[in-house]
Amino acid sequence: MTDGVADRIRDDLAGVDGYRVALYAAIVGMTVFFLTPIESGLVTAFKTNPGGVSSTLPFAPPPPRFFTLEKWQTALAALGRGMVNSALYAVPATVISALLGSFAAYGLTQADWRARYKAPVLAMLVAGIFIPYQAVLVPLSQFWGAMPLAELLTPLWLLGVPQSYVGLVELTITHVAYGIPICMVLFRSYYRNVSEEMIEAARLDGATFRRVYRRIVFPISTPMFAVVLIYQFTQIWNDLLFALILVSTESSPAAPVVLILAGLGESMEGQDFALRMAGAFIAALPTLIVYIMFGEEFAEGVAT
Amino acid sequence: MRDFLSRTRSRLRHAVFGATGESDDTVVTDGGTATGEAGGVVDRLNERFGEDFTESAPFWLPPFLLVGLFVYGAIAWNFVISLTDYEGFVGPDYSDLDFEMYVRAANDSGVIDATVNTFLLVVAFTTVALAVGLVLAILIDRNIRFENTFRTIYLLPMSLSFVVTAQFWLWMYNYNNGVVNIALGTVGIGPISWIGNSSLVLWAVVFALVWQFSGYTMVVYLAGLRAIPTEHYEAARVDGASTLKMYWRVIIPQLKGSTISAAIVLMVFALKAFDFLYSLVSGYRPPNGADILATKMVREAYSTNNWAYASAIAIILFLMALSIIGPYLYYEYKQGNL
Repeated sequence: MTDGVADRIRDDLAGVDGYRVALYAAIVGMTVFFLTPIESGLVTAFKTNPGGVSSTLPFAPPPPRFFTLEKWQTALAALGRGMVNSALYAVPATVISALLGSFAAYGLTQADWRARYKAPVLAMLVAGIFIPYQAVLVPLSQFWGAMPLAELLTPLWLLGVPQSYVGLVELTITHVAYGIPICMVLFRSYYRNVSEEMIEAARLDGATFRRVYRRIVFPISTPMFAVVLIYQFTQIWNDLLFALILVSTESSPAAPVVLILAGLGESMEGQDFALRMAGAFIAALPTLIVYIMFGEEFAEGVAT
Repeated sequence: MRDFLSRTRSRLRHAVFGATGESDDTVVTDGGTATGEAGGVVDRLNERFGEDFTESAPFWLPPFLLVGLFVYGAIAWNFVISLTDYEGFVGPDYSDLDFEMYVRAANDSGVIDATVNTFLLVVAFTTVALAVGLVLAILIDRNIRFENTFRTIYLLPMSLSFVVTAQFWLWMYNYNNGVVNIALGTVGIGPISWIGNSSLVLWAVVFALVWQFSGYTMVVYLAGLRAIPTEHYEAARVDGASTLKMYWRVIIPQLKGSTISAAIVLMVFALKAFDFLYSLVSGYRPPNGADILATKMVREAYSTNNWAYASAIAIILFLMALSIIGPYLYYEYKQGNL
């Protein structure tokens, strides 16, 4: 009746063949490949420099005599202000570009105006995703240089906000404008699968185009909003180029975190890798958390 | 019902266009129930583009104008600047336009090297990232345990900033203490100066970028694989095809759509590799052997103030991007996606 131990082991082994072993070996091997740089960075950030960093293996955890939290404290002190600055423009820019992307996708998907005219509008928006930002940098500098934004925002400065924060307003608007195309495309792929009967029925009941959006399309967009917000937040938080051009110096009070990180741990004596690694983790923390928590949803959304 | 519809429409139109003051001369063409305030411009637009055009305009027009101004307006302006001799801090002089900067670029070995490197980076990175992503997707798709955990791990590097990954890989490639050289050392190779050697640095960069983005390719391919009906696998099985043959002959050819969409996104990331290289060499220094048009352009503009020259390089880069975007948009149009 009951299987003997030997039988059970034989049964377990029957499911294991060379093929499955090779498969899992390959999967674990790739996992090592993807985790090694991160792991090596993490352990290095806890090592004393000089000392621990050069005398221990880069992927080995620090032995007690080389263990220190000093680099994390230094990095946090250097990057803290940048974290706040990054959040100040990344959050509003993410939300606004997602909303505008959703509007555009709705207006270009559910409305049935002539394809002859709609195709060029769509093509221009889609192409916007692929524009190398270098192609717009010089005019962008000129544009923000000529815009009297600082004067328009005078009330803010009177409230005690440092004037250099004008760079964060510029970053917000710039990221919104350049984020719209990808948001539009992501929402559009979603809206094309929305049941047409439901919208037709609402239209026949006299709902306006705007009302259909507010009452039907917007509420059912929630899963796609999650994907777009994750993607946009990552892109905007991580972007160096616009921050470099619009804020330009890491010593500015308005410097975003990536800008400060790019110059962290550099000195005449050489590179402080322990400090750099600690800084890299602090700067990456918000997007890492978002990915670990919502990675599943994101993977599904991107694939559609 | 019809009356109600057209009344609400004209109210909407009034709300959107009424305030512009251009709708005075009323020509009612839509059933006669319009209140008369909303006519003229809207009706003419309706006639030409259809009513859905005017109704949906408030939704797509503002974002479209913002993109039009910041992207296409800026590119046009950039082109004009590239025709000037703009240098330094006084604004560009638009009265004297010529193609001098393009002639200069064609004779600049730095620009030529950067163009070649941009091309090599885009092609090598896209090809390898596609291949690695495909292998990962096939492995993950073989009914393994903890699938979600592995998927998240493979996708993790994509959440990181180029600046952060550059820090990690600078440490990985470190001459004395990097993981790469220590691993190679155990099999008797090296140590090798990956970043300092101008003939190796481009490939070191490609390798790091593949690490960052092949997880993304995997996700796209995984969705493609899951969309293939199981009968196709079974049919291949029945025909006696080996697993390898089944993928090569039956499955992979069906992933064309996934390949195209993943390749396009990868090329975009490759063109953005500026952030990575800037962090790798810490600042505006030329990454010797891995200088791409993006880094060259930003250096010319923001480090040496050769604004017009930088604009010309930017246009060259834009034309390279256009040679990818153009066929892609045409393909999408033919597929009925535009």
